[in-house]
Amino acid sequence: MATRYIPTIGLEVHVQLKTRSKMFCGCPVEYGAEPNSHTCPVCLGYPGALPVMNETALRMTALTGLMLNCKIAEVCKFDRKNYFYPDMPKNYQISQYDRPICEEGGVPLHDLAYPKDAQKAIQHPGKIVKLVRIHLEEDVAKSTHFETSTGIDFNRAGTPLMEIVSEPDIDSPEEAFAYLSALQQILVYGGVSDADMEKGQMRCDCNVSVRPEGTTELGTKIEIKNMNTISGVRRALAFEIERQIEVLSKGGSLAQETRRWDDGLGQTSLMRIKESAHDYRYFPEPDLLPVDTRVFMEEVRKQRPELPAEKRERFVQSYGITDYDAAVLAADRALADYFELAARGTSKPKALANWILNDLLSALSDAGETIRECRVTAAQLAALLSIIDSGTINAGQGKAVFADMLRTGKDATVIVEEKGLKQESDLGAIEALCQKSIDANPKAVEEYRGGKTASINFLKGQVMKLSQGKANPAIVGEILARLLG
Amino acid sequence: MDLHTLSISALQTRLRSGETTPSAALEALESRIASVDPKVGGYLSRNLLRARQEAAAADVSLPLGGIPIAIKDVINVQGDPCTAASKILQGYTASYNATVIQKLRAAGAIPFGRLNMDEFAMGSSTENSALQRTSNPWDLTRIPGGSSGGSAAVVAADEAFASLGSDTGGSIRQPAALCGCVGLKPTYGRVSRFGLMAFASSLDQIGPFTKTVEDSARLLNVLAGKDPMDSTSLEAPTEDYTRLLGRDLKGIKLGMPKEYFIEGIDPQVDATVRAAIRHFEALGAEIVEVSLPHTQYAVAVYYIIATAEASANLARYDGVRYGHRAEDLRNIQDLYIRSRSEGFGEEVKRRIILGTYVLSSGYYDAYYLRAQKVRTLIRQDFEAAFKKVDALICPTSPEVAFKIGDRSGDPLKMYLADIFTIATNLAGNCGISLPCGFAQMEGSRLPVGLQLLGDSLQEAKLLQIAHAYESSTPWHKERPVL
Repeated sequence: MATRYIPTIGLEVHVQLKTRSKMFCGCPVEYGAEPNSHTCPVCLGYPGALPVMNETALRMTALTGLMLNCKIAEVCKFDRKNYFYPDMPKNYQISQYDRPICEEGGVPLHDLAYPKDAQKAIQHPGKIVKLVRIHLEEDVAKSTHFETSTGIDFNRAGTPLMEIVSEPDIDSPEEAFAYLSALQQILVYGGVSDADMEKGQMRCDCNVSVRPEGTTELGTKIEIKNMNTISGVRRALAFEIERQIEVLSKGGSLAQETRRWDDGLGQTSLMRIKESAHDYRYFPEPDLLPVDTRVFMEEVRKQRPELPAEKRERFVQSYGITDYDAAVLAADRALADYFELAARGTSKPKALANWILNDLLSALSDAGETIRECRVTAAQLAALLSIIDSGTINAGQGKAVFADMLRTGKDATVIVEEKGLKQESDLGAIEALCQKSIDANPKAVEEYRGGKTASINFLKGQVMKLSQGKANPAIVGEILARLLG
Repeated sequence: MDLHTLSISALQTRLRSGETTPSAALEALESRIASVDPKVGGYLSRNLLRARQEAAAADVSLPLGGIPIAIKDVINVQGDPCTAASKILQGYTASYNATVIQKLRAAGAIPFGRLNMDEFAMGSSTENSALQRTSNPWDLTRIPGGSSGGSAAVVAADEAFASLGSDTGGSIRQPAALCGCVGLKPTYGRVSRFGLMAFASSLDQIGPFTKTVEDSARLLNVLAGKDPMDSTSLEAPTEDYTRLLGRDLKGIKLGMPKEYFIEGIDPQVDATVRAAIRHFEALGAEIVEVSLPHTQYAVAVYYIIATAEASANLARYDGVRYGHRAEDLRNIQDLYIRSRSEGFGEEVKRRIILGTYVLSSGYYDAYYLRAQKVRTLIRQDFEAAFKKVDALICPTSPEVAFKIGDRSGDPLKMYLADIFTIATNLAGNCGISLPCGFAQMEGSRLPVGLQLLGDSLQEAKLLQIAHAYESSTPWHKERPVL
């Protein structure tokens, strides 16, 4: 029987912090601005310029550490990491070497964080992927390679960048996917980053090796780069694990190397061989003083939001909704906030959850919008639910009114008024319509009386039509049954 | 009266009384420069047109209103060349003002002229300038000291009322001593480094060259202060550094560090400095002997820390964004190697290589880390000494100005020129050099400098002590014949 191989994966995730200005100067942080429009002597590395610490970046990193249960260093210092590259204005990067802000901690993986097709077969439910450290550094500029030259955009140079390093604690591409989506969710929750991989706000390098089942020594570590989506990371890892297993099964050996993922081709290819560890000649940054984090930690603790897992649990407890519904709502902080706001105006949170998860989300997805762009406010949705609940309009009318609300942003009551949709509950009027329908459809009446009870639905439909949908369907049913009785 | 010979204080009196104007003072200076700088070679360039406009618009009621100040070529003045006397920055124009320049301008001063120096402030003779030779005004065949050689020479030659320099291991005090003017290195962090091209970030400090101690205090009044653009600048409140000038030395205790009076000092320097010490005694100061036991390690520690920091600080000069770029490049590696090989001079390359080496994996602990530990011991030496005395008194340099070319082949011997100044930078405290007499050397009369070292942020007291000496001695009034 062929040897089974066990993959071991560790991820290094770089996250751009959502600060207004760069890490060491006052230049704005803005994605997609005119190249080299957000630069100054500091972030261009001009002679004589000095860095000044952006304390917000430090606080955001500490907040991330709190959210991920890390130990926060009381004093953290910065170091220079020396290497030459054109996207590095000073040819050294201000980073943290031996005293990062955060150490240890972990990222909890929840079921919905896994890819949809893998949610049924989660190997380690409730797993927490352990972290080594989180440190803060400055981003480099963005190089664009043309045919015969390279352009450098220094707008990105100096953007605060968090590096989150996991332990080699991940067993499968699906788990790596879950790790990244759970991490992304937490970062967005904390407001520390938009963490959009396609915009380069979150970037991921993977270290992956395989070893024969039953052995303990890790295989040769290979680094893969250039994945632009979370599913790209999953595909790249799946390809790479497959490739490594194939090499080893054929008796080949692997070299420690860095490989580039090509998403179009769906394969990794050799970028460079790691001959020896690069000597970055780290030394303490003499232009910055060590920072005592204790002066702001109390405030940072107050900023720590309720995390997705905590929110899920609370939603189940306080609103009596299902685990699944709670998880979907909690996955998006804005959606969860919307739900909670709407829940204040309704006594039926379960029905509300259904409306949000079915009607609202599908309408938004059809329109390609997010909850933030939704024209129907939470209070408006709650008001709609309450007029349905009180019987003013029926559920079917409710859907139509909702569609109008999404389009116009008007209140449900206004739309009901404008369209004259008030449900008809006047028994006399309904009875007259029922009689009219019986008189006009003798065939259906005969069928019904002949034992085909479903024919009553046809008559019911006729009554609804005559009432222009305003009749209360339950009452119509009762009256018809009595008249036909 | 020739305006160019005046001190700042004397010029200011005449400006404020209306006896003369900033424009007249600038023209007097320019004509002095035109007549003597071809011999001295202190200036690299001057923006006369802009200075004339600033002089015409100057407000003489401001602290330095209408007074031209010459600037070492390592401090950024927007619109002026800033080359650090290096080929790698030839043609480079500063795009912003250093904080000290903003402060000078706010005080009404006119930053005027760029001064020669050792390339990237690395050297003790200004011979490492890639652009120009500067001579000692007292003997044109001799060096002016360094690295701020131009800053010292132009003040001594009356080609500037005052100038700014930078001191990483003695680069203000040593040339001030060798040229016979007053050079002050403030406490590390007292003056913002923003806009000073970094050599060794934890050691660099900007300071003034002046004709008198009072002028030095006045300039420090303008330059000192916390700068939000420099995280290492100190929070300490600003003060009036002239406030103790004129006070006598009763109760002042001066320490002679025995490690600074050693064999190998030029006998004339030794005798001159000892005479100055006796003069202090006559002025009422008490002289005691103190010890700075780790002095012998200062030069070694300095050349590890300074070169380590320099190796990173000078990495940005790569030909990618500005400065010299080699031609006919094959690839990016070629661009780096050839631009830097062509752009940097020998001494700069030597220090970059040394600094790279001491930071290398496997050597870091033995060199850099150990040097940092010894640096702490050196700092503690000073702390202990300043518990006993108000200031330390010693020679600035073990010798007087040597002949151009004498040392250039022997970097180690050159490094020893700074043995009495280097420890101050490692400890971070302040120091001043002032003229205390002359030595006769091969038919030349050459200035000898007296060094006073003060505790952190004790500039006012240091200036008081220096002023008491200066006002009772004639040395600062002597001028070279050019």
